[in-house]
Amino acid sequence: MYKILEKTQFSEKVFKFRIEAPELAKHAHAGQFLMVRANECGERVPFTFADWNAEEGWIEFIFMVIGKTTMMLSTYEAGDSLEDVTGPLGRPTDMSGDGTWCVIGGGVGLAIAYPVARQLVATGHEVHAIMGARTKDLLLLEEQFRELLPEDHIHITTDDGSYGEKGVVTAPLERLLEAKAVDQVFCVGPVPMMKFSTLTAQKFGTPITASLNPIMVDGTGMCGCCRVEVGGETKFACVDGPDFDATKVDWNDLRARQAAYRTEEGQALKAYEEANCACQR
Amino acid sequence: MPEVNGRWVADMKAPRTPDNEEPAAERAHDFRPVDKGFTEEMAVAEAARCMRCKKPLCVQGCPVNINIPAFIEKIYEHKFGEGLDIIHEQSMLPAICGRVCPQETQCEGKCIRGVKSQPVAIGQLERFLGDQPELASKPKLAPKNGKKVAVIGSGPSGITCAGELARNGFDVTVFEAFFTGGGVLVYGIPEFRLPKTVVKREIDGLKDLGVKFQFNSVMGNLANAEELLGEKGFDAIYVATGAGLPKLLNIPGENLPNVFFANEYLTRVNLMKANKFPQYDTPTKHGKHVVVFGGGNVAMDSVRTALRLGAEEVTLCYRRTEAEMPARRAEVLHAKAEGVKIHELVSPLEFIAGEDGAVRAVKVQDMELGEPDASGRRRPVPIEGAIEEIPCDVAISAIGTNANPFAKKIGGMELNKWGYIVADEETGRTSNPKIWAGGDIVTGAATVILAMGAGKKAAADMTKVLLGEDGE
Repeated sequence: MYKILEKTQFSEKVFKFRIEAPELAKHAHAGQFLMVRANECGERVPFTFADWNAEEGWIEFIFMVIGKTTMMLSTYEAGDSLEDVTGPLGRPTDMSGDGTWCVIGGGVGLAIAYPVARQLVATGHEVHAIMGARTKDLLLLEEQFRELLPEDHIHITTDDGSYGEKGVVTAPLERLLEAKAVDQVFCVGPVPMMKFSTLTAQKFGTPITASLNPIMVDGTGMCGCCRVEVGGETKFACVDGPDFDATKVDWNDLRARQAAYRTEEGQALKAYEEANCACQR
Repeated sequence: MPEVNGRWVADMKAPRTPDNEEPAAERAHDFRPVDKGFTEEMAVAEAARCMRCKKPLCVQGCPVNINIPAFIEKIYEHKFGEGLDIIHEQSMLPAICGRVCPQETQCEGKCIRGVKSQPVAIGQLERFLGDQPELASKPKLAPKNGKKVAVIGSGPSGITCAGELARNGFDVTVFEAFFTGGGVLVYGIPEFRLPKTVVKREIDGLKDLGVKFQFNSVMGNLANAEELLGEKGFDAIYVATGAGLPKLLNIPGENLPNVFFANEYLTRVNLMKANKFPQYDTPTKHGKHVVVFGGGNVAMDSVRTALRLGAEEVTLCYRRTEAEMPARRAEVLHAKAEGVKIHELVSPLEFIAGEDGAVRAVKVQDMELGEPDASGRRRPVPIEGAIEEIPCDVAISAIGTNANPFAKKIGGMELNKWGYIVADEETGRTSNPKIWAGGDIVTGAATVILAMGAGKKAAADMTKVLLGEDGE
């Protein structure tokens, strides 16, 4: 059992858990993920490490309520325990690229972008962050990014214009690329965001990496549920990724596979709301 | 009468006792165990058929050389506990092996009674004893020797090695990536063939011997060999991570929704209980027309699982013929009795998407058998132009697996170019004097009993080396 030490609510649907997990904290790297099974009847769900502390023995992950498991998780409080937390999984993000980096996070993807930005700064890179969200309420970790980066290296966009620049992340990205201000791009977020960021970076011939988020079951390379097409080859995101050269990713394939269980996801949520499932908490 | 004038005479007239099975028409729609196992009466009657050969070939046929005539004799005498003790000298998992070993190519394949009639049902008799573990003598444990061993992986090889080491006085910790122990016994082999209570009983037995289990521990990404042997203070490691990485078909459409690798399909149901969705959270796809590619046990488990999830039509496509299928014979017969159609001599060419983007059909190439290949089986050769299309809404690929990618990350030992660990097959020794390895991560995908045998041999060798009786 893995104890929840702290629960933080960022907005109506976005939460952060700090979990007691000394071994995971000791071995985690930016870009890696963990698999969580909330209780005996639970499914295994991947979450990326948002933060960790080896000395204090905890890890953190951020989640948005989108279905049964995340809705149920949102009812857990500090002091409750999660049945299983497995990790670290996947390869750490490769930050060996030279020059100035642009880290793009969309929505909950900001939780994944933050440790990458932090480590890039720690290893002496100049970093720009593009923070995208649908609305102001969904913008995560602004304070942390502001502590990390100079004012003029933070670019905020909201779809509805409720905060920062109205629009999507590709506008500031295009400006940075035009000004030749960045040499490497890392992006993580919803598929359309990653796809269009990639097209923008490609236009300028700037290398871009994306952290992919397909459905996973075991997260250790055993089942192939998370397979993605990269450069015409099948790769398992859980062991070969989750980061890939974004210019080679087949985004349509990723989207189709992500959507494969829409119907069942709806059924599970309905059963939960009607309290027909065996495990509530 | 088997005893004549005090001498043993086998009952040569009795036919082999038929398996005690649930009727095919009923069992094919739920996950109940298909084979109920022998009753006491059946076991004793079958034991009377054994000829108690002076030079028993069956023992040679068993990969761990269980003294088969001796335990069968105990069954005939109703001394079941003593029979179980005889098996335990060689194998700690009779309830599992009796159910999943391919006996027709091992012990029973060598049984002399099989020449003119049917071999003795050795697997069923082993299982009969294995299912009564409470009758066995308490295992004798060597005094604690103060040495710590880490076992990576809790599949058949890892748990066998852990059990043997614990009996030899070692302080053993098993690290398992999943949340429960058993490896392929829990995620791969379905409930209707191997009830999970049987696996749990074996794991609990190890805990009683003092073996510690650390679940959710993905070694390689968590601690690696260096850390285990260094700051974690282990004196040695046994690596038994298995070969679970699915092989790709490398054909167009392989990544379409509802095209599965068998591992995913089986894991969702066996480990995550997707058949009980939405009571359990993990969903799966209930195809109406399911096509499975492959001819091994994993393919059989997949077709039979698909039936139990409500498929109307399940087709097993194999590139050779039924005679060449590597699956356990009993499972092929079970699958056919339950209504699985076998489509011989076809190989997949392309999965075709329907309007919803998910698979709607598979294009296959008809084959014929040519010259024998390296395995001695006749190689399937495409018949030019003979291509057909089979409609399906779920397709499952069960054509085999590759080395688990975590062996490399555990590090500290030599791997071959395919990612398998280079280890001596007799001792399990790797290029690192503190690391042993065995099971599928050394041999490639093989059988439960071979993986167990490797765990047992490695434990014996580790004991010799670590306790300084190596003589070197």
